[in-house]
Amino acid sequence: MNILLSINEKSYAIEAASETPLLWAIRDIVGLTGTKFGCGVSQCGACSVLIDGNLIKSCGIPVSFAVGKEIFTIEGTSETLEFLREAWNEGNVPQCGYCQSGQLIAATSLLDKIHHPSDEDIDTAMSDNICRCGTYTRIKKAIHRAAALKNKSL
Amino acid sequence: MSKIQQVNRRDFVKLIGLASGGILLGCNVSSSQKEFVPQEKGTFTPNLFIQIQKDGTITLLASRSEMGQGIRTSLASAIADEMEADWKYISLKQATGDAKYGNQNTDGSRSVRTMLLPMRKMGATAKLMLISAAAKKWNLAETDCEAKNHYVINKITGDQIFFGDLVDEAAKVEVPAQERLTLKKVEDFKYIGKTLKSIDLKDFTHGTAGYGIDVRIPDMKFAAIARCPVTFGTVKSFDQKAALETIGVTDVFKLERLVPPTGRFFGALGGVAVIANNTWAAFQGKMNLDIEWNYGENKSFNSVEFQEKLRKRVHQKGKLVSGSTGNVSAAFKESNNTIEATYTVPFLVHAPMEVPNATAWFKGNEIEVWAPVQDPQTARAELAHFFEIPLENITVNVTFLGGGFGRKSKSDFVVEAVALSKKIKGPVQVVWTREDDIQHSFYHATSVQYLKGSLDVNGQVTGWLQRVGLPSIVSSFKPMSDYASGFELNQGFTNNPYNLTNFRLENVKAESHLRIGWMRSVVHIHSAFGNNSFVDELAFAAKKDPFEFYLNLIGEDRVLEGTSDHPFDSKRLKNVLKTVAKTSNWGKKLPKGHGLGLAVHYSFYSYVATVVEVSSVKDKIKVENIWTAIDCGLVLNKDNVKNQLEGAAIFGMSLAMFGKITTKEGAVEQYNYNDYRMTRMKDAPNIEVTIIDNMDTAPTGVGEPGVPVIAPAICNAIFNATGNRVRSLPLADSGLV
Repeated sequence: MNILLSINEKSYAIEAASETPLLWAIRDIVGLTGTKFGCGVSQCGACSVLIDGNLIKSCGIPVSFAVGKEIFTIEGTSETLEFLREAWNEGNVPQCGYCQSGQLIAATSLLDKIHHPSDEDIDTAMSDNICRCGTYTRIKKAIHRAAALKNKSL
Repeated sequence: MSKIQQVNRRDFVKLIGLASGGILLGCNVSSSQKEFVPQEKGTFTPNLFIQIQKDGTITLLASRSEMGQGIRTSLASAIADEMEADWKYISLKQATGDAKYGNQNTDGSRSVRTMLLPMRKMGATAKLMLISAAAKKWNLAETDCEAKNHYVINKITGDQIFFGDLVDEAAKVEVPAQERLTLKKVEDFKYIGKTLKSIDLKDFTHGTAGYGIDVRIPDMKFAAIARCPVTFGTVKSFDQKAALETIGVTDVFKLERLVPPTGRFFGALGGVAVIANNTWAAFQGKMNLDIEWNYGENKSFNSVEFQEKLRKRVHQKGKLVSGSTGNVSAAFKESNNTIEATYTVPFLVHAPMEVPNATAWFKGNEIEVWAPVQDPQTARAELAHFFEIPLENITVNVTFLGGGFGRKSKSDFVVEAVALSKKIKGPVQVVWTREDDIQHSFYHATSVQYLKGSLDVNGQVTGWLQRVGLPSIVSSFKPMSDYASGFELNQGFTNNPYNLTNFRLENVKAESHLRIGWMRSVVHIHSAFGNNSFVDELAFAAKKDPFEFYLNLIGEDRVLEGTSDHPFDSKRLKNVLKTVAKTSNWGKKLPKGHGLGLAVHYSFYSYVATVVEVSSVKDKIKVENIWTAIDCGLVLNKDNVKNQLEGAAIFGMSLAMFGKITTKEGAVEQYNYNDYRMTRMKDAPNIEVTIIDNMDTAPTGVGEPGVPVIAPAICNAIFNATGNRVRSLPLADSGLV
């Protein structure tokens, strides 16, 4: 069926089976490959996107769910995401980098909701995202740093 | 390493796909050999390249795969440092798989170890050529000029010329002989040994780094393959109707197993392939297949029964392994304090975040592949073998790897992609589901080991008997290889770092019913677990503090001179041990329910010691802190080494807490990250890494040595906290997580 998606404030008219998971519609049909496949069963968070500001694992929802909503992916930009990118750079966070799209999106969702996250807030918000390289301590530090940068700019 | 030479301009594009122009320097490095092999007279086949262009850009051709270990940044930093380049002008191009780049196999923690010196010499050569060009221009002696931050400076007048503006002149300068090169002193390093951020950071944080799974070719198809649940089982019959009716599916066909010739290559498992317009349709089509299998000879393989079998075998005499010394029986007879223990490690799987995948285009007499491979040359040779295409007509483009950990050294998924492309006569990307990855891998072997030790009245170890049962990696290349091989036992078993007078190692039979492969740290995971757990048990039996006991067991200062370029030095091992005792404040008073555990291991020529602090609340274990110290000789990029060691701690935790692959009736019982669990953010402890300053010593391994110590240190800490001795991994099996 014909589907109209809005991703990072840009419209995409695609043809897809309505039950196609949003992840594969974004990657294989729209052609934005920054959002990653990791497990296909909402266990690893590599495919995280924001839909109307809510954190969603895109492998677990059909593309039809996102119609008429605003999808935000790693290819997008927001004030929070830019602070996070800065902090990720500062902390030299990634190793292989593959999970980092999902990590950054999950962190964006966290900082959009909680301006001064505690370690526990980060543990809760980020434990759906697996990093097989094991960059967790750097991610945690970077989130604190991004929060500080963001709060300073307010 | 060969002479460094300028590469003929006409060969620029043909040879390596770099844009033409500027200076292109090449040299030949053989990293698979202990010594650099001199080139035959008159031939010049460079495999290491740097190019300097008029805009000042310096491009390094990276011949090693990037899988998170930071190799691209590390190699570039060595050239930049010797060249006095400004880091912002450095860029990288990834080399395709080709013998002309020397050994590209990225494993064994050896890239820096083997390539640092050639990299530095290349940088120094380029610098000298630029200086010569400037000196000529100013009509000065070269000694009156110096290079600094991408400029050559006239030391007399203070004038300066930008590197890029010297390129044309420098290209005419004769390449200086190696004797004329002066390498920088350690204290003058600008990048080496300092902290450099990953050269790929921007791509990693914007989703623009191109992994294998991100490759898109016009009109390409996507494929999934249903493989037999039992290793090497084959398709008896299948019904393709439902699969073919799946929306987006275009083709369904049987894929024959490709059996590798004895001694090399990986082949492909075969199965039933589903071709579709997108990945999801291929996955769905695969689920809709109805297949009847011939399970074959591995169908009764039950991993729990197998471990029991190994357990029985290690309690009986095995084959004596050379390297044993003294007389353990006599030592046991004389002692009135002997202890025994049996340790078990399950099968494990790498599970890199990016699943195995490859994109291939079979074009008749040519093959092009885009894939996340650690060993593109083997992939290429394997393709030439199976598809009977001349090697020179095969291109393997190496993408970023979303983690490798040894899985992506095995090119079975590349072979699959090419077989599919040949069949459908067009480009296709095969993507494994996570379930495929967990259930059809080359597994890290299970092991059972039995240890017996004796102590004298002073608590000195007088005898050490160790029996190991471990399915061999060799079985994946030579069927019926039923014993761990010498190179496997030499990873911590035959060469443990202890000063033992009476030492006996025995090898027991261990057949393979799964494809056995290597995973980050390989056999060191087994040896470090057995050795360090047992030393802790001996220390307890001797009523000694484990730290003091270890120091004593490692023994007096000695260097084991042999054929190695990196001889074992007991002093360096004791030094990391002392360092970590200090950083962890070993011996401090701990909160109730907390415990400290220690482990020391020597692997990939590096020295590592770790202290873990755990807490036990209601019989559940939490890892609170990990302190690790490493001596890996000269450090190229400090922050990268730290990052690797932090990651190794988490990797080690995952396998210690959760890692376990089991089989029933030949089939792997785990599916995905829900039942093959990983350490997550909430489980992650504080990790403090100390790097020993040893910049005058040759660099040794970094990617792997941090892993083996973690599991035994955790188990020793649990014993310290609770008195409960865990001898079988993972901890989840003991109800501790």
